[in-house]
Amino acid sequence: MGRYIVRRLLISIPLLLVISFLTFILINLSPHDPAELVLQAQEVPVITEELLVQTREELGLDQPFLVQYIEWAVACLRLDFGESYVTGKPVWSILGPAFFNTLKLTLVSVAVIVLLSIALGVICALREGRLVDKSVRGISFFLTSMPSYWLAALMIWYFSVKLDLLPTSGMDSLASYVLPVIVIAISYAGIYFRFVRSAMISNLNEDYVLYGRACGLPEKKITKHILKNSLQVSVSVFCMAIPIILGSTVVVENVFAWPGLGSLSVKSILSRDFPMIQAYVLVLAVAFVLFNTLSDIINAVINPKLRNDL
Amino acid sequence: MNILDVKNLKIWDGSTGRTIVPDSSFQLKQGTCLAIVGESGSGKSVTCRSIMRLNKGSICQSGDILFQGENLSLLSEQEMRRKRGKNLCMILQNGMRAFDPSCKLGVHLKETLDQHFSWSKQAFTDHMAKAMESVMLRSPVELMNKYPHQLSGGMLQRVMIALAIALEPDIIIADEPTTALDTISQFEVVEQFIRLREVMGCSMIFISHDLGVVRKIADDVLVMKDGEIVERGTTQAIFTEARHEYTRYLVSSKLALSQHFANVMGGIALADR
Ligand SMILES: Nc1ncnc2c1ncn2[C@@H]1O[C@H](COP(=O)(O)OP(=O)(O)OP(=O)(O)O)[C@@H](O)[C@H]1O
Ligand SMILES: [Mg+2]
Repeated sequence: MGRYIVRRLLISIPLLLVISFLTFILINLSPHDPAELVLQAQEVPVITEELLVQTREELGLDQPFLVQYIEWAVACLRLDFGESYVTGKPVWSILGPAFFNTLKLTLVSVAVIVLLSIALGVICALREGRLVDKSVRGISFFLTSMPSYWLAALMIWYFSVKLDLLPTSGMDSLASYVLPVIVIAISYAGIYFRFVRSAMISNLNEDYVLYGRACGLPEKKITKHILKNSLQVSVSVFCMAIPIILGSTVVVENVFAWPGLGSLSVKSILSRDFPMIQAYVLVLAVAFVLFNTLSDIINAVINPKLRNDL
Repeated sequence: MNILDVKNLKIWDGSTGRTIVPDSSFQLKQGTCLAIVGESGSGKSVTCRSIMRLNKGSICQSGDILFQGENLSLLSEQEMRRKRGKNLCMILQNGMRAFDPSCKLGVHLKETLDQHFSWSKQAFTDHMAKAMESVMLRSPVELMNKYPHQLSGGMLQRVMIALAIALEPDIIIADEPTTALDTISQFEVVEQFIRLREVMGCSMIFISHDLGVVRKIADDVLVMKDGEIVERGTTQAIFTEARHEYTRYLVSSKLALSQHFANVMGGIALADR
């Protein structure tokens, strides 16, 4: 098992290199001259040729491409993503706090999503075709088909304005988490519980369930076996939900004025703050690789057969 | 003395209303082996699962199933569960699929035995190791530390037999326990079944497609076709003086196959000497 983990981690290193390289050239491929952008962003009134050359030198843009990449990549390892074109402050000093704000929101949401999906999936699978199963599926279909800004607005109107129970926006207290988490959790758990449900149902027909029952095991223990085997598909889905939500909180963050990545990324894109965009893309890409690795490792723990594959 | 007496068993699919077994009655005598043969889809597995009351939710059953004079049909689910494993034990066709793939065999076996006995860890290992050795599984402790996929189908089949030995049930129901195996493993597993009966003296219901195996192991035979029992009798009688046309067809069509099986078994028996 230890060997599997080490090998799986080693495999993700080349992937990280490729991703960082792609992120780097993506920005460099854009038609804008970074030096010009910096000067524009700093609102320098007259941009002379001289000034451009000087700025390029400051940014290290006169060096060979590969050298630029390596220097950039090494700096990134120390969380030094350069300075924002707009404010001139280090990128991480702005991106870091926003990242952690979104991460907090994401982790709480994913925890709720996992619990809700498993609970609903198990209940529906054990009552397949009965009223509970049908109504849960119907309601979840209805809720997931609503756009999240609409759901969010509805929630704010009801819980914050009408009942005055929860804050409408910001992240001042634990109570501020409730509404954004509910909005995010509904749209994901409403889909993910179906994975748990269908995996449980197909496992219910497995021979080991019949054999376990024939050996006199109580239903509770049987359900535990079924759940453990059913979670294999869902573990990947749950793990990948973390980077996916990290990268897609724009709407919710804007509605609830959550000072996170979503709002920051939109602002950076609109003001063409390239180092910020670059760091944002890189952080998300790394998150995808890391959580993908994590899901593989968890799957190998659950399913011993997979350990031989690497 | 009948250990199991099935009376007017009717099985139907509750969702479509289709009758699977219209009206079936048969007896299992104490200490004997009853074979059920018949073509695919004739209702053999459904019949056996209904004795254990383990058919899928959509399948309904009615009729009396008397086990040692007690009507299993009237027991609560809780009481029935206590009978499973301890009194009535099943051995399935496909050993590869009968164990939770994410669980070490030992964990699985211990969980089952803990359900029925209050043995210490040491007592469990001793009992199980002895049972496994008796079905020719070598280094049982090592095997118990393995996952199901690390063993062959024949080995897993014998693990199931070993578990049955440790559980000491009154009736063992084996649903095509040899069908998924190659001929050589088949031979070994059949030998273990014969030993199992000799050693434990338990009663057995043995479903099989293979008349060669049936002839070797069974005392009585039921022949099923489309859910109905078309012929019953002692093994001897079925093989020599079958009355029903279908049975004669089965015997003649399986003769070629069982001849082959007998050859292989004979070959091994010779090699063993
Ligand atoms: N879960 C189920 N739902 C509906 N019908 C079923 C179900 N399981 C079995 N049946 C029906 O019951 C009949 C008997 O099936 P069964 O599995 O008992 O046959 P069998 O004699 O064991 O066949 P085989 O030799 O292939 O194992 C079949 O016609 C099948 O269609
Ligand atoms: Mg069958």
